Amino acid sequence: MKVNIKYFGMIAETANRSEEVLEVAPGLSAKELKDQQIRKYQISDPDAVQLAVNQNLNSEVELKEGDEVAFLPPFAGG
Amino acid sequence: MRYDRQIKLDVVGISGQEKLRNASVLVVGVGGLGCPAAQYLAGAGIGKIGLMDHDKVSITNLHRQVLYDEFDIGKPKALVAKEKLQRVNSEIKIVAIEEGLTIDNAVTLFDQYDLILDGTDNFETKYLINDACILTEKPWIYASVYKNEGQLSVFNFQDGPTYRCLFPKTTRQNVSCEATGVLGVTPGILGMLQAAEVMKLILGAGEVLSGKLKLVNILTGGDQILKLQPKPEEIEKIRKQGIIPVRIDCEVKDAHKTYLDVREEFEQPKVNSENVIHIPLGSLQERLSEIPNQEEVLVFCQSGIRSRKAIEMLQKDFGFQNLKNVEGGIETIIDG
Repeated sequence: MKVNIKYFGMIAETANRSEEVLEVAPGLSAKELKDQQIRKYQISDPDAVQLAVNQNLNSEVELKEGDEVAFLPPFAGG
Repeated sequence: MRYDRQIKLDVVGISGQEKLRNASVLVVGVGGLGCPAAQYLAGAGIGKIGLMDHDKVSITNLHRQVLYDEFDIGKPKALVAKEKLQRVNSEIKIVAIEEGLTIDNAVTLFDQYDLILDGTDNFETKYLINDACILTEKPWIYASVYKNEGQLSVFNFQDGPTYRCLFPKTTRQNVSCEATGVLGVTPGILGMLQAAEVMKLILGAGEVLSGKLKLVNILTGGDQILKLQPKPEEIEKIRKQGIIPVRIDCEVKDAHKTYLDVREEFEQPKVNSENVIHIPLGSLQERLSEIPNQEEVLVFCQSGIRSRKAIEMLQKDFGFQNLKNVEGGIETIIDG
C-alpha cells in the first residue's frame, strides 16, 4: 500500500525532500514507519521527532492506504 | 478617536475595546517574533504590555527586528522597544524588563500578566515558559522559526495541550536564526499571527489555536494545521514537581583530549568541558596564543566544514602541525 510522507524543518534537509510517496507493507504502524525512515535517512535525535497521521499528532495507529504521515522536528528559532 | 477602525468591527466594538484596555500581555523576547507582535498589541490598545529581553540591539537584528534602527545599536532592546511603542500609544502602560527569564523570576512575573507571548529563540526558555504557565494557569502563545518554516500554537488554554504534550522530549539541535539564516518576514509573519491569537483570546472571538499546531512555510505558501491532544501526565508532572529545567548544554565524551571549538558563541549545543577551548573561526588569528601547538588538538564545529577551514589556515599561515579535524562535527564527540 502507498502512504504519503511529509518532512518538516531540518528533517526535510536531512532527507533532501519535503515529501514522498512510499510503498509500505500493509499493517505497518506509524511507529515502525518512523523507525524505518529514521534509519534510512539517518535522522538524528529520533526521540524528539513527532509524527502526525492524517493531521493528528501523536497518533499511534496502524497505517492505511493513502494515509498522510508528517515528520515534525522541534525547532526554536525566533 | 484612536481605536475607531477596530471598534467598527463586530468582534471588537466598545466592549471589546474595554477588554483590550483591561488586558495585560508579557512579551518574552523582543526579537524577530516579539517586535511585530508587540507593535500590533500596542497599537490595538492592550492596557499593559511587558517587554522582556536581556539583549542589546545589534546591526544583524535590523533586517527582522522591526522596532529597532541604526541609532539603537548597542542599546538594551527592552528599553528601546518601550520607547518606540510608547510613542505609538502613550495611553497604555509599557513595562521594560531588562533581564532574561529564569526559574527564579518566571512565576512571579507571569502572575502579573493575563497572557504570555513567546518571542524566544531557544528550547530552554520555551520549556521554562511552558512550565511557569502551567503553574500560574496562564495561556501562552508559542511560535518558532526554522529557516523558511514556522510553528504556531496556543498552549495551556482551557485544559488544552501544552508544549510538553507536543514535544515531551527535546533535542540538542537548536539552531537559531543567527546560525541558519532567516528572511525577516518569516518571524515577522509568525509574530503577527501570535498577536492575532492574543486578540482572539482577549476578545473571545473566533477559534483560538489551542489543540492545534499551525505550520507555515513561507516559500511554498503551504500552511497546514495539525491536531494535538493533551497529555495529562506531562501537565500533571509539572503541577507536582514545579518547573523542570531543560538544559541543552553538553560535555565532550573524552576528557583527556584537547578540543578547539571554532563555532560562534551563540551556537548550540554549548559544550561545557574544561578540555575545550572556544575561539570562533573569525577570531583565530587574533587569539593564536591560546591554541596549544604541541599536543594534538581536535578541532570541531557544527558539521566539520568550518573546522577544516580553520585547520588549513592555521597550518598554512601559522605552521600548526598538531591539529586534527573532527569530520562529523560536534554530534560525534559529545555525550548522549
